[in-house]
Amino acid sequence: MDHLDRLEARSVHILREAYSNFKSLCMLWSIGKDSTVLLWLSRKAFFGHVPFPLVHVDTSFKIPEMITYRDRLALEWNLTMIYGENREALEQKRTFPDGAVDRITCCRLLKTEALKHTLSGEWPRYRLNHGTREYEIDRNTEAYTGVIVGARADEEGSRSKERYFSPRSVQSQWDVGDQPPEFWNQYKTEFAPGTHVRIHPLLDWTELNIWEYIQRESIPTVSLYYNQGEGTRYRSLGCGPCTTRVDSEARSVSEIIVELSTGKFANVAERAGRAQDKDDGGGLETLRKDGYM
Amino acid sequence: MAFGVMEVGSLSRVGHQRLHIVIGGHVDHGKSTIIGRLLADTNSLPEGKLEQVRATCERTAKPFEYAFLLDALKDEQAQGITIDAARVFFKTAKRDYIIIDAPGHIEFLRNMITGASRAEAALLVIDAKEGVQENSRRHGYMMSMLGIPRVAVLVNKMDLVGYDQAVFNRIESEYRGFLKNLEIQPSCFVPVSGREGDNIAHSTGAMPWYHGPTVLDTLDAFPAEPPPVDRPFRMPVQDVYKFTKQGDDRRIVAGTIETGTVRVGDEVVFYPSGKRTRVKTIEGFNRAMVTQAAAGEAAGFTLEEQIYVMRGEMAAIATELRPKVTTRLRASVFWLGKDPLVKKKDYVLKLGTARVTMRLEEIHRVIDASDLRTDDHKANIDRHEVAECTFKLNQAIAFDIATDLPVSSRFVIVDDYEIRGGGIIREALPDKQTWVRDRVLLRNSKWEPSAIPLERRAERYSQRPTLLLITGDQDSDRKSLARELESRLFDDGKVVYFLGIGNVLYGVDADIERKGENRQEHIRRLAEVANLMLDAGAILIVTAAQLTQEDLELIKTSVDPDRIETVWAGDQITTDISVDLHLSDQDLGSEGVDRIKSLMRDKGILFRPW
Repeated sequence: MDHLDRLEARSVHILREAYSNFKSLCMLWSIGKDSTVLLWLSRKAFFGHVPFPLVHVDTSFKIPEMITYRDRLALEWNLTMIYGENREALEQKRTFPDGAVDRITCCRLLKTEALKHTLSGEWPRYRLNHGTREYEIDRNTEAYTGVIVGARADEEGSRSKERYFSPRSVQSQWDVGDQPPEFWNQYKTEFAPGTHVRIHPLLDWTELNIWEYIQRESIPTVSLYYNQGEGTRYRSLGCGPCTTRVDSEARSVSEIIVELSTGKFANVAERAGRAQDKDDGGGLETLRKDGYM
Repeated sequence: MAFGVMEVGSLSRVGHQRLHIVIGGHVDHGKSTIIGRLLADTNSLPEGKLEQVRATCERTAKPFEYAFLLDALKDEQAQGITIDAARVFFKTAKRDYIIIDAPGHIEFLRNMITGASRAEAALLVIDAKEGVQENSRRHGYMMSMLGIPRVAVLVNKMDLVGYDQAVFNRIESEYRGFLKNLEIQPSCFVPVSGREGDNIAHSTGAMPWYHGPTVLDTLDAFPAEPPPVDRPFRMPVQDVYKFTKQGDDRRIVAGTIETGTVRVGDEVVFYPSGKRTRVKTIEGFNRAMVTQAAAGEAAGFTLEEQIYVMRGEMAAIATELRPKVTTRLRASVFWLGKDPLVKKKDYVLKLGTARVTMRLEEIHRVIDASDLRTDDHKANIDRHEVAECTFKLNQAIAFDIATDLPVSSRFVIVDDYEIRGGGIIREALPDKQTWVRDRVLLRNSKWEPSAIPLERRAERYSQRPTLLLITGDQDSDRKSLARELESRLFDDGKVVYFLGIGNVLYGVDADIERKGENRQEHIRRLAEVANLMLDAGAILIVTAAQLTQEDLELIKTSVDPDRIETVWAGDQITTDISVDLHLSDQDLGSEGVDRIKSLMRDKGILFRPW
């Protein structure tokens, strides 16, 4: 087994543990490369199927190609696709692009708050109807008690301290100082009513591993990651107004791998292009304690 | 090979190996400084990080420390102690590493264990000035129990003792002796200074008397552990997948192979039930068809015959070492719960994918992990203590003993939703069901599975086969309840049968006298009859007075435990049995029937046709 086989095996094991232990389970899909690898690993774990819904938090500022790509894969792979949003904040234009609030507040409203209330079922969920190819209100309003997330330990400081199975309180809060132990292959799969567990199958993967795996498995990725000729590409995908392109000549997966392992990005952090990280003092910790992915 | 200085980053790395390393030791002995130094001296830091931390120190008028590099979290800096096992990515010319920085503070032992149980090798750090301390020993003990195969010891802060060889030798000899008791043979002792960088990535010449490897050499010299593909096959069953609604007819037994290799055509046995059949295909997604799967793989296979297998069972190969199956076991356990581990309280034990209720039966001795002193007279096990004890489970599980196959001897204990302890099994002990279990294993090995899969019967009848045991005091009216339930379920179109005990006593049991000493055999035969009817897909209702927990465990040995539901009828539960539903006297009429039916719906025993 090579290093990718080992990473894959552990992630698959964790996904299967999650599926067997959580009755109300979902996976967050940000459309980025990490959660798309996670989606692919689910198809590995369940032999071509994805037996839980995929939840996407739509800030309405995502780059349009991302939404097109999301719906294409959802139809092709027969996914139970759900999205949620902070409709009130969007209607009142309380966003950073509208000039009403700062970046961190915008993230909190459009992502953290929308995510929290979508997961709990308090706010409407929209589900893709594979017949009509339209989204309609999901009748299921049950809270998700297990939420699979594509966070990686090498992304930034606070994520390096996550557990594979990480409990969140009723208010979605994360107590970094008081986390349960994980022994060998045993995780926290029991939880008190009202709480939920975040599951992180990709914790041990690095950005480079993700691209190596995308190459090995030929996983379809959104074109924004590649230089289309202007000499720039996105290294990390988020909302249009807060994610900047990096200068890069990489036009393909293999060129990205070279760039990351021996090229210009070998020692440059991935989230360097994400503005909200810097506004939060570099740790994302404030956002994450409140339930940010 | 001599330990030469390696040019980091200049060689092409061999086969992309990655090793998980845990770094442990007493609080303030300098683990974070050593890691910070390693990162800095091997150019593994993100661009500008070192400069950024130096600038922050200057701004806040704090002297720069390499440990700050690791302090990614704000409150960690505030407290000045590493609060969690953080992962640090790091690479040398030879391979990639994930270093797990385990906290030295006793309060965070659970974090140390979390980090250490993922590691393939360990570095233990001892402060040259303070010498071997409580947590130096405790962490050593934990490494041994967690089964980390490679250990090296770093004697840090040598600059503070004037690089004195005598100090180093004294610590080495003391700690080596301690580790020997734990059967740990460290690969080397390295004198270092994290602050000055001596013997971290380079030997600086500060200790000319030392000719051994640097920390970096030591890491690179740890051999990568190959997966145990040649050991007996063990795969805890995570689940059996059927995606029939998605147009997929495969019925796939899935799990991660802990040890050994399985091939198409192998006869596999599932324990504790002992059911067996052959492997038909090895399944996968987006890869070429294969005919075998081995240790480390998250695998899945289909079976020749449609036997009923469930999560929690352990797959083995018929011709290889058989796992142990019992409800009593002797184990070494370490306890992390704030409340002590006590007798007469229910806990949950998880081993592989099995999850059972357990109780502490006996404490043989409690060991203080910080000095290995033992106490034979403790009534319970306190936080951070290690003990040898006997556990009693409420149903049998399959496992191995630590000396045979360490991986399948490992378990954790859950209390109040949290993992509070863990351990390894030293010995399988006989229990009162051993005589029945041996017969059941033989019966299951000779069993002829029906050609009609269980799910098809379940689908046809819209029910899951279940043994419903109604018990209570001698004078409680169990029979009327059973009869009304039978009739209501029958009216709903269910395949249901109320089995009167008399029907068995004078038929199947005709050759044995109705005497107290034969009670166990009567129960065994009743359970065997029930097992047949369940295999035919029926819901079977049986009433019996005063069933005890031991009776129930006997029945569970013959009948799959997850196909049994128990009801106590009457105000007072007068035996030690733990039941799924308790009905008071006034509930025994149709109200009681409603409640039993609702229990059966909740458990997915009764469902609507799809």
